[in-house]
Amino acid sequence: MIEAQSLTKRFGTTTVVDDVSFRCEPGTVTGFLGPNGAGKTTTMRMLCGLSRPDAGHAAVLGGPYRELPNPGRRVGILLDASAQHAGRRGREALAVSAQMMGVDARRVQSLLDLVGLDRAAARKRVRQYSLGMRQRLGIAHALLGEPEVLILDEPANGLDPPGMRWMREVLRDFADRGGTVLLSSHLLHEVDAVADQIVIIGHGRIAAHGSRADLLAGAGTLVRAGNEAALVAALDAAGLASRSDGDGGLIVTAEPEDVGRVALDGGVALSHLSPSGAAGLEQLFFDLTSGDSR
Amino acid sequence: MSTHAAALDIPIAGTKADRRPGMGRLTAVELRKMVDTRAGFWLQFAVVTLTVAVVVVVGIVGHAQDHTLRQMLSAALAPASILLPIVGILLVSSEWSQRTAPITFVLVPNRARVLAAKVAASVVLSLVAFVFCLAVAAIATAITAPGVEHTWSLPAGLLGQSLLSLATGMIGGVAFGAALLSSAPAIVLSFALPIALGALGSIPALEGAARWLDGGRSLTPLTEHLMSSTEWARAGTTLALWMVLPLVIGLWRILRNEVA
Repeated sequence: MIEAQSLTKRFGTTTVVDDVSFRCEPGTVTGFLGPNGAGKTTTMRMLCGLSRPDAGHAAVLGGPYRELPNPGRRVGILLDASAQHAGRRGREALAVSAQMMGVDARRVQSLLDLVGLDRAAARKRVRQYSLGMRQRLGIAHALLGEPEVLILDEPANGLDPPGMRWMREVLRDFADRGGTVLLSSHLLHEVDAVADQIVIIGHGRIAAHGSRADLLAGAGTLVRAGNEAALVAALDAAGLASRSDGDGGLIVTAEPEDVGRVALDGGVALSHLSPSGAAGLEQLFFDLTSGDSR
Repeated sequence: MSTHAAALDIPIAGTKADRRPGMGRLTAVELRKMVDTRAGFWLQFAVVTLTVAVVVVVGIVGHAQDHTLRQMLSAALAPASILLPIVGILLVSSEWSQRTAPITFVLVPNRARVLAAKVAASVVLSLVAFVFCLAVAAIATAITAPGVEHTWSLPAGLLGQSLLSLATGMIGGVAFGAALLSSAPAIVLSFALPIALGALGSIPALEGAARWLDGGRSLTPLTEHLMSSTEWARAGTTLALWMVLPLVIGLWRILRNEVA
């Protein structure tokens, strides 16, 4: 279980994380979404005790992370896949950590197999690794201690599409067996396919927070009409805000039933009317995070 | 990459092996980190080969009175006493320059324990290096068989002082690495500072202070002869300034630093 309570972090006069609260329950995957620089990494660093919050507090498995006796055995963390000693071989990077947390050295090989780093790759020094390989090494590192909680910062970054799909399967499986997962991303679709819960952060503040279904439900209605101008006029007259979805349709912040009624009253023939679904979530994400960009 | 996530067999929610890693294990990990990177490996390799090379050269070109165990040991220790401080610096600073510090501190959140393990590992490595140098010096003495008086004479106290000199030098490296948290400045400073202090000490007005604060003066007796109490006081003062103080500054920086 992961809990952030009013986490706040300032660097100088800039507040990079501002009153961030959320919970991740066992058995769920929580997607932590936000554009680059939104405060995702800083929040995660406070969760695992690398950075001290200026206000609020963080708990992992019921207490501060730094009070876990041997945290590597309970919490798997991947913060920055490129942060590995460039002169160390991939296998050795895992073996050192295994020794540090008291994990059987044989587990290193099974994790290398799991993430698809073959013998030749494992023997290479990390400086020769591509970002994708570093990411796989980082995921192996996070799983090394047989943790029950995973905190992963942009784990899909640099993975190819099959790699991304594989990672989603691993995380889904991990959560289905009772694990808690928090993963961040700046790309909605990476998170949308795997997360049960979504936390959207922009400019250091939580912009939206809830189950995927809740967020989708609140994401509005997608509507199309042959006469788009008439539709916009009818919606405006009814006081419903609408915007183009960039694909010939309009996303309206209202329930489909209300939109249908407005169209009927305005005498506009609709060609499409539905909950906006993922397109709306995308729009929501975009609005919430970049709408007020400086 | 495995296509089936089922290949992942992780028991979840078992509280297993959730005991704090002991200092012995952390020290062993730090020793491992000294040799398992490319830079670390070649530094250790250089210590070994240079030690042998120096002793061979002294054995070939030196006079018989240079071939006593005491002289051979002094020669054999030269490469280690220059290179081990660099190993010590890198042991700390590379965690920052190579950005492994987050990994280390996520696994061992008590950062003071990590620094303590690095100091302990430095003592162990110094001891291993010292025994190696002593063995090389003894073999060289046996082979050259100078046949002069006191060939094998070496006071135990001097052995201890030489080991102390080697170990404090390496811990000084750890201290510089911790205080600066950056490899290049720490290495440059650890070479430039003794030269600068030596130069300052040659100014007559500063000579008195230099006897107490310049390692080039106060620490050299460690390897030369059994020291008097004044000499111990001077060496202690120098170590307090150039080893203990940077270590304290380093500890403070590591404890309060945001680790990125």
